[in-house]
Amino acid sequence: MSVWRDVIGQEQAVTTLRDAVADRARMTHAWLLTGPPGSGRSTAARAFAAALLCPDGGCGTCHECHTVLDGSHADLTVMATQGLSIQVKDARELAQLAQHRPSVGAWRVIVIEDADRLTERAADALLKALEEPVERTVWLLCAPSVEDVIITIRSRSRHVRLRTPPVAAVAELLTRRDGIEPAMAEYAARAAQSHVGLARRLARDEGARGRRRDILRLAGRIRSLGDAMEAAANLAAIATQEQSASSAERDAAEKTRLLEQLGADPEARTQPPHIRSQVAALEKEQKTRATRFGRDVVDRSLVDLLSIYRDALVTQAGSPVELVNADLADEVRTLAGALSSEQLLLAMDAIGTARERIEANVPPLLALEAMAISLRLPR
Amino acid sequence: MSVPSYVLISGPEQVIAERALASTLEAIREEEPDVEVVRLEGSLYEPGSLHVHTSPSLFGGRKAVVVRDLDEGNDALIEDLVAIVAQGSDAVLVVTHKSGTRGKKALDALKKAKVRIIEAPAIKSDRDKTAFVTNEFRSKGRKVAPEAVRALLEAVGKDLRELAQACQQLVDDTTGVIDAATVERYHGGKVEATGFRVADAAVAGEAAEALRLLRHALATGLDPVPIVAVLASQLRQVARVASAGRGRSADLAKQLGMAPWQVDRARAAARGWDGDRLGRAIQAVAAADFDVKGGGRDPVYAVERAVLEITRQRAGGAT
Ligand SMILES: [Zn+2]
Repeated sequence: MSVWRDVIGQEQAVTTLRDAVADRARMTHAWLLTGPPGSGRSTAARAFAAALLCPDGGCGTCHECHTVLDGSHADLTVMATQGLSIQVKDARELAQLAQHRPSVGAWRVIVIEDADRLTERAADALLKALEEPVERTVWLLCAPSVEDVIITIRSRSRHVRLRTPPVAAVAELLTRRDGIEPAMAEYAARAAQSHVGLARRLARDEGARGRRRDILRLAGRIRSLGDAMEAAANLAAIATQEQSASSAERDAAEKTRLLEQLGADPEARTQPPHIRSQVAALEKEQKTRATRFGRDVVDRSLVDLLSIYRDALVTQAGSPVELVNADLADEVRTLAGALSSEQLLLAMDAIGTARERIEANVPPLLALEAMAISLRLPR
Repeated sequence: MSVPSYVLISGPEQVIAERALASTLEAIREEEPDVEVVRLEGSLYEPGSLHVHTSPSLFGGRKAVVVRDLDEGNDALIEDLVAIVAQGSDAVLVVTHKSGTRGKKALDALKKAKVRIIEAPAIKSDRDKTAFVTNEFRSKGRKVAPEAVRALLEAVGKDLRELAQACQQLVDDTTGVIDAATVERYHGGKVEATGFRVADAAVAGEAAEALRLLRHALATGLDPVPIVAVLASQLRQVARVASAGRGRSADLAKQLGMAPWQVDRARAAARGWDGDRLGRAIQAVAAADFDVKGGGRDPVYAVERAVLEITRQRAGGAT
């Protein structure tokens, strides 16, 4: 057993990282791991950290490996942000920490899971640490793509690219690690288009599977303007539901914590001005986060929706590729029969346009309406 | 109307809750002119204070204890409330609770003790706001024309408190039936109202008038973003009403969460449209929204083009 076992479908990247563990000459002080959402960036970073701290180069069974993988190792620091951005204060703390020698292991490993969320000032604070490497400190930065990371950071780290893992590898992982039935694992891995986290949620949550099917079935049902308006309203409603369900409790807890940190009484009705302004800043960030989360949910639905049009296109072309939505073969066939390949491409364009618009702050409902109007099937 | 020992004002709408509290206290004073009123805040509650305030007064007069925002209350408050209700209170206890499950134990105890519940439900949809405004005038013995309600909602409908104040002002300052012209005189200059006029003209296909109003609105400093939002919402209403088919306006209004006057107006507007042209108009507005949010170089041009495209589609424009 090895720490690399759960890093699936990344042979090339794993080879590079293992070589660095084995051969000091191939090691460097800062790594940038990039890969699409769900490709396993943070899993790869932790495996690398374990391999560096394990006396056997990542055996997966010793105390060092275990404590790295569960995040409790003294020489491992993982910075994972729930917020929209990593603030300069946090970056400064990490830069300070980097100056210290490891306490028990061979390396001090600092993982930044969302390096794309470093604010410019936070990145500046890290820059010196990255420019003047400390003997036994290594930085592991993760981000969706190189372009998402501030250029000064980018240019000071070695880049390792992860790819979207194959469906079979994701299914195998779900079965082995999470004990999910092979058939369900295969379905979920395919439906989630190899996004490991989403696949696990689909496999475990009947509600998530139902919501996904509802979204995909919309495609074959939009005929009139009224259908389009209703489909758009449904899509937007799903996002609002998930958004409010997920955030309320966390928001309240964060506020209490902030007040405690500031030494204010969380029970007090009115706070002094300097504390009020900090609370207002937090609330603004929470609101932004909720909006972003809602948009992410819509975007994910649109990625799902896109997949059924792609399936229809593949079916029309008669190519022997496995469908993403094999479980909705009837719906795929309906679309393939009702629309020409040109119309299918136009529909996919409309979905892409809606994603762009929502990203640019167009109200999701309006963007979805315009999209759904383009998705009407010919009468 | 005699006030029972326990009153619960339940719901998030502050304007309504405050009124319910005021009228409850007024009713108590009618029975008991010298009543002593004690006010406690849920989040500032100090253990034991309920026991102190609900115990009989030295001078024998009745007391009323108001506990605001039980939903923000600490555990001590919840415990004390449950205990007081269990042992019975000499004072009238008025509790407000906005929403959520915090304080549920105390709520359950109150409900068991036959509390009088006054609801203060959220007023969000245009339908609810229409009912609210109509009732504001009716309760003060005034008649209001449906067009006036509409104009009022468009001008100051975003905030319920502002809406309530506007109603009060109209009641105080005018006599006779309140019509659209009256509202126009007081609130016609509001930027929001201008946006609605642009949208009305555009949806009706009056290109020249729509453009004139739009230029005027932009010249007076109205931001293109809210204008595009109003265009979208007006077209959305027309599309939804047109797609809903026949049926009584009132039923349709309920089904779509719109006010009956909005249904009637959208129906009238829908007569010049069909699904395809309406669809293209909505798409033009979505494109304009992207442009005014920074996707295009010239936000003013983007909204103008959307207005023109709407009128062109209304006129039967081909693709
Ligand atoms: Zn090991």
